Amino acid sequence: MTISQAARSQTARSQTADSQAPDGQGELWASLRLRTQARIGLGRAGSALPTRHRLELQAAHAAARDAVHSPFDPDAVAARLTGTSVVRVRSAAPDRLTYLQRPDLGRRLNPVDRAHLPTGEWDVVFVVADGLSSQAVHEHAAAMIRATTARLPSGTRVAPVVLAEQARVALGDDIAHTMAATAVVLLVGERPGMSAADSLGAYLTHRPVPGVTTDADRNCLSNIRPPLGLDYETAAGKLVALLAGARELGRSGVALKDESGDEAVVDRRP
Amino acid sequence: MSAYTSTLGGERYRFDSLARLLAAASPERSGDRLAGLAAQDARQRVAARWALAEVPLTDFLTRPLIPYEDDDVTRLVLDTHDPAAFAPVASMTVGELREWLLSEAADAVTLAALAPGLTPEMAAAVSKLMGNADLVTVARKVRVVTAFRSTIGLPGRLATRLQPNHPTDDPAGVAAALLDGLLLGSGDAVIGINPATDSPKAVRDLLELLDGVIGRYAIPTQSCVLCHVTTSVDLMERGAPVDLVFQSIAGTQAANASFGVTLGLLDEAYEAALALERGTVGRNVMYFETGQGSALSAGAHHGVDQQTVEARAYAVARRYDPLLVNTVVGFIGPEYLYDGRQILRAALEDHFCGKLLGLPMGLDICYTNHADADDDDIATMLTMLGVAGASFVICTPGGDDIMLNYQSASYHDALYLREVLGLRPAPEFEAWLDSIGLLDPRGGIRELSGTTHPLTGIATTGTDGHTAGRATGRELAA
Repeated sequence: MTISQAARSQTARSQTADSQAPDGQGELWASLRLRTQARIGLGRAGSALPTRHRLELQAAHAAARDAVHSPFDPDAVAARLTGTSVVRVRSAAPDRLTYLQRPDLGRRLNPVDRAHLPTGEWDVVFVVADGLSSQAVHEHAAAMIRATTARLPSGTRVAPVVLAEQARVALGDDIAHTMAATAVVLLVGERPGMSAADSLGAYLTHRPVPGVTTDADRNCLSNIRPPLGLDYETAAGKLVALLAGARELGRSGVALKDESGDEAVVDRRP
Repeated sequence: MSAYTSTLGGERYRFDSLARLLAAASPERSGDRLAGLAAQDARQRVAARWALAEVPLTDFLTRPLIPYEDDDVTRLVLDTHDPAAFAPVASMTVGELREWLLSEAADAVTLAALAPGLTPEMAAAVSKLMGNADLVTVARKVRVVTAFRSTIGLPGRLATRLQPNHPTDDPAGVAAALLDGLLLGSGDAVIGINPATDSPKAVRDLLELLDGVIGRYAIPTQSCVLCHVTTSVDLMERGAPVDLVFQSIAGTQAANASFGVTLGLLDEAYEAALALERGTVGRNVMYFETGQGSALSAGAHHGVDQQTVEARAYAVARRYDPLLVNTVVGFIGPEYLYDGRQILRAALEDHFCGKLLGLPMGLDICYTNHADADDDDIATMLTMLGVAGASFVICTPGGDDIMLNYQSASYHDALYLREVLGLRPAPEFEAWLDSIGLLDPRGGIRELSGTTHPLTGIATTGTDGHTAGRATGRELAA
């Protein structure tokens, strides 16, 4: 069991315990907690939190911290992409500490790796970027790529999947531009919150140019994280529709709206 | 040219401009390094401080960091500078100002009179010569009192913002979190929600929910749904129950433009909010949030260091006599403030500069999970800022905001701070807590057990189609 699973099941146990408690407070909070994931009705030890809730918070924080700092394992992602050719690259940020303080380096390719990228007449390249949660990438990236490629129109020319380490979103611009791919779909581990350490984001950019393309030129799907967040099939459907829309419009970003249906696509990344 | 020099350990250091000097004198932080403005090493940093200590305060009036012609914040600062208020310190250097601020000559009355005579750049400069304890000592002497339905900033008081955010703005979820905060004695500074969307309809629904609860339980506090200022103006025109107008602001015209605001827009919103006359004990109607790194993040810092450009945002804030200003100190991430040590330092600087410039400064003492910080850093910051006399702090359920995905102080943390420092809530709110049986005999918050409290009726607010909000709306119209 991972720490986050432990924290979740601990929370479930607490709620059960509360609902069985004889006093009215426990019953009240057990019912109110069904309406929000906020940590309400925690009770008190003097002015402070009860021990159980203090430790639950620490477990959730540990899971989020581990998600930020646990190393990216490109081999694990490659193993789940059997039959797909992959290329591994690193950004210009040499290590995690530098990566966290120098977003500019995380947006540029390491020059050695740039030379190894193949070029070709591709319609789309998928980039798997560790971002701020390699856990999210390990759990969800391969499944997202499989679900998306399965829905692409036949004849779509898909480049080898690029697995990128110490990577921020704009690294996809550099990769797609170097490979001469028309569009890039970058799957990235999102900034972990304490209630979600494994959330994957997908960024679509049409004909990106490093240093020219801005965040306003991208379309984003956030919180891909089944079963609690967006599921793969829904996300893949939206991505394929956005890819088609971008090709038709000749660009991506604010001018391209997701019209595939239901819920709004919200990007809350800073 | 306006070059500044100093000699340290036999080596001569030269700083080409006041902006370069201020940046090099700043304590180490990741944002200044990212911007290419930080001192190259520790010796250069100290050399910059030696040079900065010798700079006459009048230099800040004659050598603007960002040209007067290019930037409306510079124009605001220089056009509103009060020479009479400045007179007592006009002949001083930055180093002399530090010593005077720390001396007994600078008491609460003197410092209040000085505020309109200081520019943000002077405040930022002197803060760079101060240690953390200096920043506490001086800020503690400054008193800034503001009021709407509660009074903020009185000696011996600490107010809190109750922040019942929800990822989908679900009224039932918000109401549950609101009840939790009130039962823990929180909410006297403001009940403030960060909405998940900026749609006027969603914002209005939340405003009516909060207005209904405040009206039904006669809570002496104010609500705020933190939307864009243009949304607030629109909603006020349509008669929505807006108590405080909120806006995020920054220290340059270009950074404010990246937030979609101008001084003209803020003027318009301020006048509209004043005209509503919804306050009962005061007329401070604005709520501003700031935070180091926003100008750099927007590519709009003009080569000015992160902390100095933050202090310039306070010049924008003080134009509108706000009820509340808080720095969201650790929110943006480690590329601006790397760890607990850098966040603490920035929190003390922001609080000091804001208070010195005459603002009711509070803090969102917080961090993101990719910064090197934890709940012990929150406790350390809370304690130092409580001693420093912060007007208010932001509190979330369990310190975990499920909408913005960051960690902040909790309602329990506020109880801790009030207990160990003997601080009390805003007087009107304290009397209300007493009237509903939540104040314990020692002045703390009574711990409920076994029984439910009448306030638990709030929990039905979101599930019955906001009836409370609509009823209050009708009463106001009648």
